[in-house]
Amino acid sequence: MSVPLTLLGLLEREPSHGYDLKRDYDTYFGRGKQLPFGQVYSTLGRLARDGKVVGGEAEPGEGPDRKRYSITDAGRAEVDAWLADPVEPEPHLQTILFAKVTLALMLGKPAAAYLDKQRAAHIRRMQELIELRRNGGLVDMLLADHALFHLEADLRWIDLTSARLAELAAVVNQGER
Amino acid sequence: MNSPVVTRPFLIEARDVAKSFGQTPALRGASVAVSPGEILAIMGPSGSGKSTLLHCLAGIFTPDRGEVWFDGQRLDTLDEAERTRLRRTAFGFVFQFGQLVPELTAADNVALPLLLNRVRRRAAYKTAEAWLDRLGIPDKAANRTGELSGGEAQRVAVARALAMAPRVIFADEPTGSLDSLTGEKVMDLLTGLAREAGTTVVLVTHDARVAAYADRVVMVRDGMVSVDLGAISEQVSAAKAVK
Repeated sequence: MSVPLTLLGLLEREPSHGYDLKRDYDTYFGRGKQLPFGQVYSTLGRLARDGKVVGGEAEPGEGPDRKRYSITDAGRAEVDAWLADPVEPEPHLQTILFAKVTLALMLGKPAAAYLDKQRAAHIRRMQELIELRRNGGLVDMLLADHALFHLEADLRWIDLTSARLAELAAVVNQGER
Repeated sequence: MNSPVVTRPFLIEARDVAKSFGQTPALRGASVAVSPGEILAIMGPSGSGKSTLLHCLAGIFTPDRGEVWFDGQRLDTLDEAERTRLRRTAFGFVFQFGQLVPELTAADNVALPLLLNRVRRRAAYKTAEAWLDRLGIPDKAANRTGELSGGEAQRVAVARALAMAPRVIFADEPTGSLDSLTGEKVMDLLTGLAREAGTTVVLVTHDARVAAYADRVVMVRDGMVSVDLGAISEQVSAAKAVK
């Protein structure tokens, strides 16, 4: 899971404080592993240094940092490029795929098109593995089978998620402020 | 045949095809084209219209709207007798449950379309046995197909489809009733032998692993060909190459 890109995606939705970003990250992407405050602020610092976000004036109040951060055009371009680029088809992608789909829906971007791209990348990898199965020995065949079954599981998830995009959009956008 | 002959780069093509069953639309303007020798997989969820599209391409269903072309001629405007002749001589079929005659032997089933096309009996059975041999089941030639396992029966169905040396094989969920290992073997044989013979294959499946045996994959959703995954895949490769 790419924390910087996920935070950038959340910032594209609306300018936010570090606290709000942590809360939304934990709600949608944490799944039992919360993002430490320190990591949120250090990531925001690096994103600001690289010109992908800008921090506003510090606001009065408690806590280590009361700046409201906004995404820049460079940050937006980075989120767009990340969402549009299919993930290298390898086993155990669900978390990153889920993050991409959820963010795409939050941002009103074409989640179905991203899933189609991912499906194409997966099928292309399957074609390579089937070729390997056809021409390789038993060991190659068994290793290819292992990868194929994982890719198959991803694809089932992609199919199911494609069919439920409207429902998921309603869930992730219901808390829209 | 009265249709004008038009030279097209595609062997088979559906253009804006619509088909309804009663009040229920199955296809709402589907277009797809298949090149000679290409293996195309049509994927889609249940009820998306993928099987209806295959049946329209094969001349089994007549579309309500749109055109179907095969080898430079309109298929959808041919009369039933002409389409039947074409299906018998130029097309081979593999369905989910084989659609074999269970009371006949494997060799009888494979020889049957040859006999219907007036191939002499001895030559038909010789061809049938040669194909059963290539599909790895020469010892099953004399068995009734009703007594064969699912995988063996599906190999007989593939042999029957290939025995006529068809221009196109239409396969509708060809591994749908098989376990994954047996399904792999059937797909290896079907696509391997079709490639060897230069036969075009149009394959309908909901299974990505089966679709991955094809050269190109398209998705059907809500009665339309919504995505050409082959084209997307090429874009993905090009984008990666640039990086």
